[in-house]
Amino acid sequence: MNNATPHHVDLTQLIFGRLTWDALPLHEPILLATFAMVALGGITVFGLITYFKLWGYLWSEWFTSVDHKKIGIMYIILAIVMLLRGFADALMMRGQQAMSFGANHGYLPPHHYDQVFTAHGVIMIFFVAMPLVTGLMNFVVPMQIGARDVAFPFLNNFSFSMTVSGAVTVMASLFVGEFARTGWLAYPPLSNLAYSPDVGVDYYIWSLQIAGVGTLLSGVNLIATIVKMRAPGMSLMKMPVFTWTALCTNVLIVATFPVLTAVLALLSLDRYAGTQFFTNDLGGDPMLYVNLIWIWGHPEVYILILPAFGVFSEIVSTFSGKRLFGYTSMVYATVAITVLSYLVWLHHFFTMGSGGDVNAFFGITTMIISIPTGAKIFNWLFTMYRGRVRFELPMLWTIGFMVTFVIGGMTGVLLAVPPADFVLHNSLFLIAHFHNVIIGGVVFGMFAGIAFWFPKAFGFKLDPFWGKMSFWFWLVGFYVAFMPLYVLGLMGVTRRVSHFDDQSLRIWFVIAALGAVLILFGIVSFIIQIVVSVINREALRDLTGDPWDARTLEWSTSSPPPEYNFAFTPVIHDQDAWWDMKSRGYVRPLAGFKSIHMPRNTGAGIILAGISTAVGLALVWHIWWLAILGGVSIIAVAIGHSFNENRDYHIPADAVVRTEAARTELLRKVA
Amino acid sequence: MVVLNPSGDIAAQQRDLVLLATGLMLLIIVPVILLTLFFAWKYRASNPASEASYAPDWHHSTRLEMLVWGAPLAIILVLGAVTWVTSHTLDPYRPLARLAPNRPVPANTRPLEVDVVALDWKWLFIYPEQGIATVNELAAPVDRPIAFKITASSVMNSFYTPALAGQIYAMPGMQTQLHAVINKPGVYDGFSANYSGAGFSGMRFKFKGLSQADFDSWVAQAKAAPPALTRADYLTLARPSADEPVRRYSSIDPTLFLAIVNRCPAAGQICKDQMKSPIPSSPMAVAMANRAHCEPGRPVPARPAS
Repeated sequence: MNNATPHHVDLTQLIFGRLTWDALPLHEPILLATFAMVALGGITVFGLITYFKLWGYLWSEWFTSVDHKKIGIMYIILAIVMLLRGFADALMMRGQQAMSFGANHGYLPPHHYDQVFTAHGVIMIFFVAMPLVTGLMNFVVPMQIGARDVAFPFLNNFSFSMTVSGAVTVMASLFVGEFARTGWLAYPPLSNLAYSPDVGVDYYIWSLQIAGVGTLLSGVNLIATIVKMRAPGMSLMKMPVFTWTALCTNVLIVATFPVLTAVLALLSLDRYAGTQFFTNDLGGDPMLYVNLIWIWGHPEVYILILPAFGVFSEIVSTFSGKRLFGYTSMVYATVAITVLSYLVWLHHFFTMGSGGDVNAFFGITTMIISIPTGAKIFNWLFTMYRGRVRFELPMLWTIGFMVTFVIGGMTGVLLAVPPADFVLHNSLFLIAHFHNVIIGGVVFGMFAGIAFWFPKAFGFKLDPFWGKMSFWFWLVGFYVAFMPLYVLGLMGVTRRVSHFDDQSLRIWFVIAALGAVLILFGIVSFIIQIVVSVINREALRDLTGDPWDARTLEWSTSSPPPEYNFAFTPVIHDQDAWWDMKSRGYVRPLAGFKSIHMPRNTGAGIILAGISTAVGLALVWHIWWLAILGGVSIIAVAIGHSFNENRDYHIPADAVVRTEAARTELLRKVA
Repeated sequence: MVVLNPSGDIAAQQRDLVLLATGLMLLIIVPVILLTLFFAWKYRASNPASEASYAPDWHHSTRLEMLVWGAPLAIILVLGAVTWVTSHTLDPYRPLARLAPNRPVPANTRPLEVDVVALDWKWLFIYPEQGIATVNELAAPVDRPIAFKITASSVMNSFYTPALAGQIYAMPGMQTQLHAVINKPGVYDGFSANYSGAGFSGMRFKFKGLSQADFDSWVAQAKAAPPALTRADYLTLARPSADEPVRRYSSIDPTLFLAIVNRCPAAGQICKDQMKSPIPSSPMAVAMANRAHCEPGRPVPARPAS
């Protein structure tokens, strides 16, 4: 609308909202080159898929699949793709900080640099770490508890599609418009309309809201799966530790993500509807936002780390050839961390003047978390004690984790002492601390998990040489990249600075940049490892389904498992059910197979997520007709899908017989 | 490393705490790291001795469980007690009791008052006692307690001079406090420690620890040269700008700082403390607001009658 002529409707604005040609980065050479590369890569992939006529296969076997194993694998592929984007941001920051001293202002002006660090944080947490964790839980948990799928298979496909939709929205901001320049938690007042009037924060809000739907529903799904679908005999205290950590993580997801959704909804009301929840005036209170976002944000880090703890528990007992030391205390430690993670959020803002009593309370609750965490570390230690430790790749990641994580834990407890936090808050010491626990804990854990369960997913092991290259580059790269940041923090250097005057800091930034390059080699080695393993898959083939002499139920079935996972639902008598079965001379049933009831694939999830992406972009750009049309379409498709009665089928008994006979044949070959 | 080698007593106590806490935790971290490497090596499958000691079903020992939970518990008991005490003794709102170890604050000492305003993207320091103001330059006499009152004009920043004392946030519409003292003459770096937008990287200032005589002449210099800091000047100054040079103002509007805290520096704005909430706030909300906005137990600062 034009103020001068109130009755004249601007047709372009009505159709395109505030989207104009200016939104395209035609004047930014770095972005233009990136866009060209991404477009070229995209066209190549698109062309190859079309050339090999794979669209139908991808649609019917993957995008519309409700099989928890395929969805788990797709989550992990999404995470690895987004890792490349998030890591490119990290390299840009390290480059900028290593060169931007004195008269040299580097190559990224604040306008660009501030988007880069915001995008790095958002992408690494929401679109790398979360999909890795969710993907691994999706793939492993149903098999660990002897189930054939998750409780709500369609919901699972929908959750994944929404996560992709959120990732697409974030990526769109790179080329159309811009991303938030607020830091990854978008504190108001900076994220309010008054100080961030452009589309950046709106991209932030809608990508997280869309992906958040997926995360929350996937949490509901996995809780229902673990609570209701365990094989007979698997009482809670006989569940594998990874399943326990998955249960606790999903409880945290279901309890905290609605807080994130609510706080972002309030922020969007401030930005779209003129409310004043978090503004400076008319009773608005930015500290309310800070409290709410951390009530989600602190449990979020335990959402990420608990499944990694579960992975390490499985790996350390498998590769020590021993039952896990202190299973019961491991479970109670996990539950204790789950509960305590709600009582610590204020430690993120001791420096906002809460007073001695409040600060001391939250400082001490934070420290208390280190007690169950410490107990876990000791339990892994004593699991190795009197074992026979095999240094396969997953075990290397685990030992690398134990040594690295305790350092991050120590600096974390240090930051929990309020007066110590006053000198270290927001410093590069803090950055070093949380990368120490997230890389040393979550990332190492997920790489360990991928190396561990890859043969289960694909039927062949990963190449050990390139795996070890990746491990050592990551491990050494981590120390080279982040130990200088601890030092810089003690030199009083704060985060998110894009230019420095003090030349004496420079050497540390140069070392840190070198470390980032080593980590880059680690990522490249990981990708080479996948490629080499696929090429050499026949040499790396595992026919037994149990290549590590492992302990839990997923290893009792074939690799890759049949779509129904288990022809017969196993009966559980002990923890480490598969180890127990093996040691009691379990004989695989060869006859008596029955038809198996399975969920049918559906395109509803990907269609809903596709429309959600359009609605998200419409809301970002104020294209109201599209937002309304999309919103109505979402409801229509959801209602339409609820009338779809064709949602299950039976695998006929003779098909099961054929599948199982083929496995019998393979097992005979191995023997 | 300025954090480990500061020049003010508060920062020095915080440094001591960092070292003490790290030392306490190293008591448990070092053995854990060494044991991890030792166990992994000793019980490696390729070691023939590991076959003899192999105990695949050994998974419980009450005595070890006591150690597993007890050792971290013991460390945290000590550290928790230290935390409780120091959270109170080093509460930035608490007036100083000493200038340095074994040097209590002399009776009848009035701290130097400095009102700090974080602007986009520079620092305004108002000296109510001296009647002057500066931009991006802070000075204080050595060994005189300083009482900072801190706010911001637009977005959140954090007021941090590592050599002097730990940081505290500067937030619009709210007032935080910091008490500190500088013990050695010198020029130290200060900056915003919370990202606040495009000009954030240049939001730095020099903090000068001066002898009383040097401080007096620094004040006299500022007083001697115009301009004065009027409301209009402030509103101009508050507009976003980056990498600002040092400025000094010879006189100030004494009501300015509280007006900034109450979000009414310009003519015609309704001050926060004059607003009537149409909905009665819950006692909890009032308590939380008081806690966040001002020092413990005191009401929101009132606007002086003009």
